[in-house]
Amino acid sequence: MSLDATDRQILNALQDGFPICPDPFLKVARDLGLSEDDLLARLARMKAARIITRFGPFYDAEAMGGAFCLCAMAVPAADFERVLTKVNARPEVAHNYERSHRLNMWFVLATERPEEIEAVAGALERETGLRVLCFPKLREFFIGFRVAA
Amino acid sequence: MTIDATDRRIIAATQGGLPLVPQPYAAVARKLGLEEAELCARLRAMQDRGVIRRVAIAPNHYALGMVANGMSVWDVADDAVARLGAQVGALDYVSHCYERPRALPDWPYNLFAMIHGTSRAEVEEKRTQIADLLGDACRAHDILYSTRILKKTGLRLRSKEG
Repeated sequence: MSLDATDRQILNALQDGFPICPDPFLKVARDLGLSEDDLLARLARMKAARIITRFGPFYDAEAMGGAFCLCAMAVPAADFERVLTKVNARPEVAHNYERSHRLNMWFVLATERPEEIEAVAGALERETGLRVLCFPKLREFFIGFRVAA
Repeated sequence: MTIDATDRRIIAATQGGLPLVPQPYAAVARKLGLEEAELCARLRAMQDRGVIRRVAIAPNHYALGMVANGMSVWDVADDAVARLGAQVGALDYVSHCYERPRALPDWPYNLFAMIHGTSRAEVEEKRTQIADLLGDACRAHDILYSTRILKKTGLRLRSKEG
């Protein structure tokens, strides 16, 4: 679908936040100079066309409990598929990406409790014979990102 | 940070999104057997405590032309990383900006910033902008592009009581 100027205005405005109140669409529509019906119809259309991936509360996974850690391994090319099978077999491995670096396998471990991160990383080192480097989050700077529509 | 069983039910009911109806909170509250006012109060409380980062839309980067991204990594002086990290995180083309420990000697970088752009060239240009912003406080940097998705599982709340 093609986006018009109003669609783009909606996308830009609603990335910054959406009110928590009984008639939130009415409030947003008024702020943008639209009717509530038009706003809802445009949102539904953009959601159906997958221009909008998600609409609603974004929860902080860590705040809900559980622990997360970015990990990386330097996997020799000849060994890649063998190591990948072992790493991906772990249910604690949430995402895994191959990246352009000597450290070429980057994955996120997600566990119920913080102490399990080290245990899973240690188990993966024993299973693969390779080092697993752990890069836990020390500080988060996460405020500016938006996609200009 | 405590969330109770009701909060967990609210999270389960809304982590897939809000319905596109005039009174979305009333619709969710009805489904959960709650008053709309209680639902809204709990959502606001979770937002205040950081359990909810924000209530908003997430546009599809790819559909809007942001098809390139790279994980930029920076070796920033320890006494400057908090101040400069905040500046990098505030850039509108940076998502997921974190300070992480170095792993010497293999890995000298302590600041990670995901850069998004419409092309690889634009990502590289933005990387140069960040290098300028960091100036002398940055000793070395690199950027890692993903060449393959090896696994992608959504991080979803497990169904357990809080």
